[in-house]
Amino acid sequence: MNRFDYIRPATVTEAIAAAAIPGSAYLAAGTNLIDLMKGGVLRPERLIDINHIPGLDRIEHLPDGGVRIGAQLRNADLAADPDFARRFPAIAEALLSGASAQLRNAATLGGNLLQRTRCAYFYDTASACNRRQPGSGCDARGGENRLHAILGWSDACIATHPSDLCVPLAAFGATLEIEGRDGRREVALEDLHRLPGEAPEQESVLAPGELIIALRLPAEAATFAPHARYIKLRERTSYAFAVVSAAAGLRLEGGVITEARLALGGVAAKPWRAEAAERALTGAPPDAASFGRAAEAALAEARPSGDNAYKIELARRILVRALTLAAAGTPERLPALPASPFAPLPGGRPHG
Amino acid sequence: MSLSITLTINGTPRTVELDDPRVTLLDLLRERLDLTGTKKGCDRGQCGACTILLDGRRVNSCLALALSHDGAEILTIEGLADGEACHPIQAAFIAHDAFQCGFCTPGQIMSALGLIQEGSAGDDPERVREGMSGNLCRCGAYRGITEAVLEAQQRMSRDAREEVA
Repeated sequence: MNRFDYIRPATVTEAIAAAAIPGSAYLAAGTNLIDLMKGGVLRPERLIDINHIPGLDRIEHLPDGGVRIGAQLRNADLAADPDFARRFPAIAEALLSGASAQLRNAATLGGNLLQRTRCAYFYDTASACNRRQPGSGCDARGGENRLHAILGWSDACIATHPSDLCVPLAAFGATLEIEGRDGRREVALEDLHRLPGEAPEQESVLAPGELIIALRLPAEAATFAPHARYIKLRERTSYAFAVVSAAAGLRLEGGVITEARLALGGVAAKPWRAEAAERALTGAPPDAASFGRAAEAALAEARPSGDNAYKIELARRILVRALTLAAAGTPERLPALPASPFAPLPGGRPHG
Repeated sequence: MSLSITLTINGTPRTVELDDPRVTLLDLLRERLDLTGTKKGCDRGQCGACTILLDGRRVNSCLALALSHDGAEILTIEGLADGEACHPIQAAFIAHDAFQCGFCTPGQIMSALGLIQEGSAGDDPERVREGMSGNLCRCGAYRGITEAVLEAQQRMSRDAREEVA
């Protein structure tokens, strides 16, 4: 790990001023940053520790029915908040399907949103990686790329964004409060991460020194609570990143879907909202045929970036599974294995 | 900024001068305070061997910068026993053969304490396994670990009831 200067601001204003100096990085829990620094992947000259700024870790249920959540809140604390979990069960399920209990106790929501890809070539400083070192190339293209992107990738970069939390946040229309030297602005979660294009090193729309203060969910997001799930396929049962995941929310009236929310994880450099699939579901009955059509629509533009054509069919099936489980109803209590696709399906069919 | 921090470690306040901002809580405990019960496995947050309770919550000490936790309360495996008497989790690990080589055991036990205090697993072995998934055991003692956590949890809740009565 490189040496760095350690700065501990007491207010957001102080933090933003400190982070304006080039070479600075914000330190929240550090569960991703310290790991990357230990590997020499990131070498910030100054760490701005935002853990001692008061007031950034609250959950506020707003008068209009929305909720505002401080970005310094720890992942475990949001999932464990009973009111939040009841109103936004797919988000709680996504949180609890991520990482380990130890990491969820430490990791902040803001850090989760801004965590870096787990592409092995990004982590290996001996490999070419346009995201880590612009212009150096992409060793993932001809390398071990079974788990890489199938949507929105470019010749410059085929990495995926690893967050579980971001997937239901994108599906349910979360927005972010961002503060920088020019004041405060709001950005939709869906617009936070950039697709790689020709400049994969530009991972988000944040300007240098900008800080995510809070995230908000609209009241409308809670209307999906009776039919909301997050389903995640992993290469082992627990404590692994998604190969493919999906968040699904349905509003059902009179045996028909009146509104659907759908997003995919593990498929692109950002959480992938599937709006065409949502439209395909509006007015349809919640059955296998409708879900199959929605999955086709969601993956219509998918293409393999390497040895990962299987992920396209896998993503379709995970979407169908998530929709099937959402239609069956949000369980009273989260399953023992949150987000597991292997839970029995309603009707006892082993495969959906 | 002075690189002096104060931590309460296993009930004892300690003021530590740090000459380097890169020191993690794990390295502080092991290399500077001679508390080597907490183990360094992967040093990257993947194995759980370095699990401690930080302000009452289980975390990976290898990914926590010591400077960032000025003022915190830390409980390590050394602070668990009551004199010569094993903590109920330690006793249950022995009773259930919940280890072989023992390297992951301090982390397993601290993680089990965190899990029991979180109170969300109940007596469901599947929830205990999921709750302990951040602790790898390369000897594969998982079956004994799950049994030990369940038994320790029962005994701790029984002891708590008796204390109240």
